[in-house]
Amino acid sequence: MNVPTMAEMMAQGKQPEVLFWVGSAGSYDDRAKKITKAFVKILHKANVDFAVLGTEESSTGDAAKRVGNEFLFQMQAMTNIEILNAYEVKKIVTCDPHSFNTLKNEYPELGGKYEVYHHTQFIKQLIDEGRLSINGTMNNERVTFHDPCYLGRANDEYESPRALIKRLGVNLVEMKRNKNRALCCGAGGAQMFKEPEKGDMDINILRTKDALATQPKIIATGCPYCNTMMTDGVKFHEKEEEIQVKDIAELIAEAENL
Amino acid sequence: MEYIPNILFAIVLLAGVGFFTINIRKLIRNIKLGKEVDRSDNKAARWKNMARVALGQSKMVSRPIAGFLHIVVYIGFIIINIEVLEIIVDGLLGTHRVFQPILGDGIYSFLIGTFEILAFLVFVSVIIFWLRRNAIRLKRFLNKEMKGWPKNDGNLILYFEMVLMTLFIVMNATDPAFQEAGVGNPISQFVAPLFSGMEIETLHVIERSAWWIHIIGILIFLNYLYYSKHLHILLAFPNTYYANLNPKGQFTNLASVTKEVQMMMDPSADPYAMPAEGEEEEVPEKFGASDVLDLNRVQLLNAYTCTECGRCTSACPANLTGKELSPRAIMMKTRDRLEEVGKNIDKNGEFKEDGKQLLNDYITPEELWACTSCNACVEECPVNIDPLSIIMDMRRYLVMEQSAAPQELNMMMTNVENNGAMWQYSPMDRLNWKDE
Repeated sequence: MNVPTMAEMMAQGKQPEVLFWVGSAGSYDDRAKKITKAFVKILHKANVDFAVLGTEESSTGDAAKRVGNEFLFQMQAMTNIEILNAYEVKKIVTCDPHSFNTLKNEYPELGGKYEVYHHTQFIKQLIDEGRLSINGTMNNERVTFHDPCYLGRANDEYESPRALIKRLGVNLVEMKRNKNRALCCGAGGAQMFKEPEKGDMDINILRTKDALATQPKIIATGCPYCNTMMTDGVKFHEKEEEIQVKDIAELIAEAENL
Repeated sequence: MEYIPNILFAIVLLAGVGFFTINIRKLIRNIKLGKEVDRSDNKAARWKNMARVALGQSKMVSRPIAGFLHIVVYIGFIIINIEVLEIIVDGLLGTHRVFQPILGDGIYSFLIGTFEILAFLVFVSVIIFWLRRNAIRLKRFLNKEMKGWPKNDGNLILYFEMVLMTLFIVMNATDPAFQEAGVGNPISQFVAPLFSGMEIETLHVIERSAWWIHIIGILIFLNYLYYSKHLHILLAFPNTYYANLNPKGQFTNLASVTKEVQMMMDPSADPYAMPAEGEEEEVPEKFGASDVLDLNRVQLLNAYTCTECGRCTSACPANLTGKELSPRAIMMKTRDRLEEVGKNIDKNGEFKEDGKQLLNDYITPEELWACTSCNACVEECPVNIDPLSIIMDMRRYLVMEQSAAPQELNMMMTNVENNGAMWQYSPMDRLNWKDE
């Protein structure tokens, strides 16, 4: 895949239009890497001049911050900001709502001021500007969308992902708890990295129940962590043969045969 | 002798309002025990927030039944209170229905008629509220933090309202002149027949008793507020005004940490530097919160404002899956501890170490670690309380002061520190995906 780095761009004296912040999950997690690649394909299709930091990228510190480790967070943030500012980055896009949130809301005070987009917002913009068209159709399949907390409630973005899903020619069915009332998948607040406290159910099982009640063919997500949680939930309910969990970027890449 | 009722009334009124003032001052003092937080920005947005959320009840209606009933009680409460004004003037001057000649019969009877209808609607709503708590037994009123006093508190408020509304109607029903006029009594005319055939003297005694118990009841209710969850009728307004206006996902960056991190990253900084001559060595600030005094004033105001409706808890993913965490309990425990600290100060003149703190003695780490920081509780709260900010401040204390994060999280943080990712992968492999 042709994925230029900021260092390579700089060596050629070029400044890309946008920096793609891949994020730790998107870089290392096998499932999330597929989302990363799908998004890159879309960027290529729309001829977006982009670059990544590559090995110069480091954890945003988001997970550390939600644990309560403000030291580690700010160390990560300031290190990243030094690099981002050195490359004079103005615009960032990421597939991870957690990176999106912290880059957009928590970095500015520490000296990192950028225009930050979630990939669903960015893709929608490409379409609105006529740089990308979605022609493929998915035969009116039933799709439900799980709102990521850090895109939805945390940043009030509910419409971009839905606008994209609707363009795919699917039957978008909402869960009973949706948008600002959506239930968390259970990964947030660094829960992803630990065992849950004792209770009578895991959160992702409950959230997947919400999704299954809509009888979907596909559960669409916009977050690598939600994706993992919902995938595990579907397996728990033994529905992995019938139901797929896919990021919106993957749905678009597939519909367009990218 | 003829002024005795007036004097008695003045004493009762003064005592009621005076005692209330003492408690409100205590409440303000307790809130000010918290750390200052700058919420002086964006006044226009703050007023708008208050008008929309507190005055306009915009977040109540997301649950239509409770929302509608609440609006009835709320409007009833505000409007019927105009009548209290007349009662106070009557009581002090020894007059009877002093506004009647001033406003004229038409307007007066229209007003009282409206009050009567509202009083009736409030009565019915309150009965439904009671049924929701005690007969239908809605889940969110049965969580474990709602046992004992919180449950009784909720019911007591409802009984208060039922009695006050009944007294208002009875007072009108037993006023023969008012009933004879036949206007402004849309509800009390149906109650009046219960008293028909009674001596005019007896009626007068009932009417006077209802009038007195009504106003004394209102004063007792006013003073009950401080001891109950019902403070929200006052505090919802400042609480929505001072609420956080930033995106919900934006957590504060601790300024004390920023200073230290900047120094660590500054190659020219001298880590062993002595403070300059004359400059006091700063006592390092405590990171995060282990007690109410470490929280900020808005968080403490939040605790007093909480009316324990439980919408937060009923939307909390951790609570819904049987975990110990309940955002409502976080607010209730914060208030309980703050009250305890306040009483400690009342007794000792200043806070004397009592060997207790909010962390562990009230809120356990197990509760704190169950939070997914999803903001559902913050979104749900009809008066913009932010339980998540308290949870986060307490996690900060656990992690930065006590290194007491769960083991798996410590491993995750070690990975972030060593290789810039939450998992143990080499930073050099970060871009490998593009060729896989």
